[in-house]
Amino acid sequence: MKRIGKNTLEFEMPPTILGHAAIGGKKEAEGPLGADYDQTFQDTTLNTESWEKAEAQLQKEAVALALEKSGFTAGQMDVIFAGDLLNQCISSTFGLLDFQIPFLGQYGACSTMAQTLLLSAVMVESGAAERAVAVTSSHFCSAERQFRTPLEYGAQRTPTAQWTATASGCAIVGKDGAVKIRRGLAGKIVDLGVKDAANMGAAMAPAAATSIYEFLEDTGTVPSDYDGIFTGDLGLVGTRLLFQTLGENGIDLKGVHNDCGLMIYDRETQDVHAGGSGCGCSASVLCGHLLKKMQRGKLRNILFCATGALMSPTSQQQGENIPGVCHILNLTVN
Amino acid sequence: MKTASKQQYSEMVKQASPNSPVLKNCVFAFLFGGFICTIGQVLCQLYQNLGLELKDARAFVSVSLILISAVFTALGWYDNIAKVAGAGTLVPITGFANSMVSPAMEFKSEGFITGLGAKMFTVAGPVLVFGITASVVFGFIAFFFHLY
Repeated sequence: MKRIGKNTLEFEMPPTILGHAAIGGKKEAEGPLGADYDQTFQDTTLNTESWEKAEAQLQKEAVALALEKSGFTAGQMDVIFAGDLLNQCISSTFGLLDFQIPFLGQYGACSTMAQTLLLSAVMVESGAAERAVAVTSSHFCSAERQFRTPLEYGAQRTPTAQWTATASGCAIVGKDGAVKIRRGLAGKIVDLGVKDAANMGAAMAPAAATSIYEFLEDTGTVPSDYDGIFTGDLGLVGTRLLFQTLGENGIDLKGVHNDCGLMIYDRETQDVHAGGSGCGCSASVLCGHLLKKMQRGKLRNILFCATGALMSPTSQQQGENIPGVCHILNLTVN
Repeated sequence: MKTASKQQYSEMVKQASPNSPVLKNCVFAFLFGGFICTIGQVLCQLYQNLGLELKDARAFVSVSLILISAVFTALGWYDNIAKVAGAGTLVPITGFANSMVSPAMEFKSEGFITGLGAKMFTVAGPVLVFGITASVVFGFIAFFFHLY
């Protein structure tokens, strides 16, 4: 691999996706992408006694299914990069315990899927690993409880709030697969002063704009060179702000852009306000919907730009801003 | 890359964010709040008809409304009503009951003492602390200045 431009990595022997799986909950199954999930659960407790265990189970199922689809076993994996939203990433720890794959925990908030995939690609191309696993998850109920109010508490959500997806996505990275990871960019932390946790799209949009701008500049490409540029999860408000910010820099995403937070639910009928969010949102849209479309040849060259809001309940209580980050992967099929 | 200053961005965010439907929220809060108060009045009359003094009947009304909200919270109905009713269910005593029962349910998984017992007050705690403090302060004022 080599660095091109300032921050972009180009893989000379592109690592590929050997298998992928997306798991979703009830609301995700009822959404527009419901048919693309490999497995969905009507009971969001997944027959466990806590929401945290339910989320760990989501991750476990996603890895097991992705392995099965790739035709490899857990023993043939050299490393697993995993993360989630819960304190100290417990969904990953408890969900992945049984696989006994060397584990490197990650935190990138909702950008985790891109972060873990990028690291997997680097490990595989460098030869440090023959095969690597990238996985992440989120669960509406465990996230609400950690970041907001108890589930049954009667409160009104603002129109800018986003709905944490109950979902998980997993991809196995190795050689000789169909979908190639051509390039990647690790984003910088960007803070434009947004403090409202009920408007995370607005907090993350500047990071998305910065990373996309840098990636296009580094690679000398324009949006129309791609079949699709997919951000996750800016929702309605963040998407508007992304268009505006990039527009002011002479970059027009019209016609090629979509946002995982807007794709996963039907905003009109599913009462999700500004759209979806959570690590599992962009992860399951990628591993369920986008990668399937790539395999069918319907998409050949895409940018997956997962965004994360890097705050904690403590920083939030103490009145800090919500910085954002956005990591980019360029995926292609021949 | 040209980026907006924090101030400019804050203005952009305001422009891009849809506003809360304030008028609709107010109307629903008024109707639901009024409805709950009407139920309270009906119960008060009912208890008096059953032979209770007005003072006791009022206490029974509070207890009844608390019980109803607790049961509604446990059944998972309360948050669905509150989503529409907003302040209409928050302001009456029903809101207080919901703010105690919902964390109790939520944190039960962390044990009866450190979970349910301790975290039951995460939402209602500040109301109790400042409510009680305010009542003491005003009690002193009333006492020393012989307002009654």
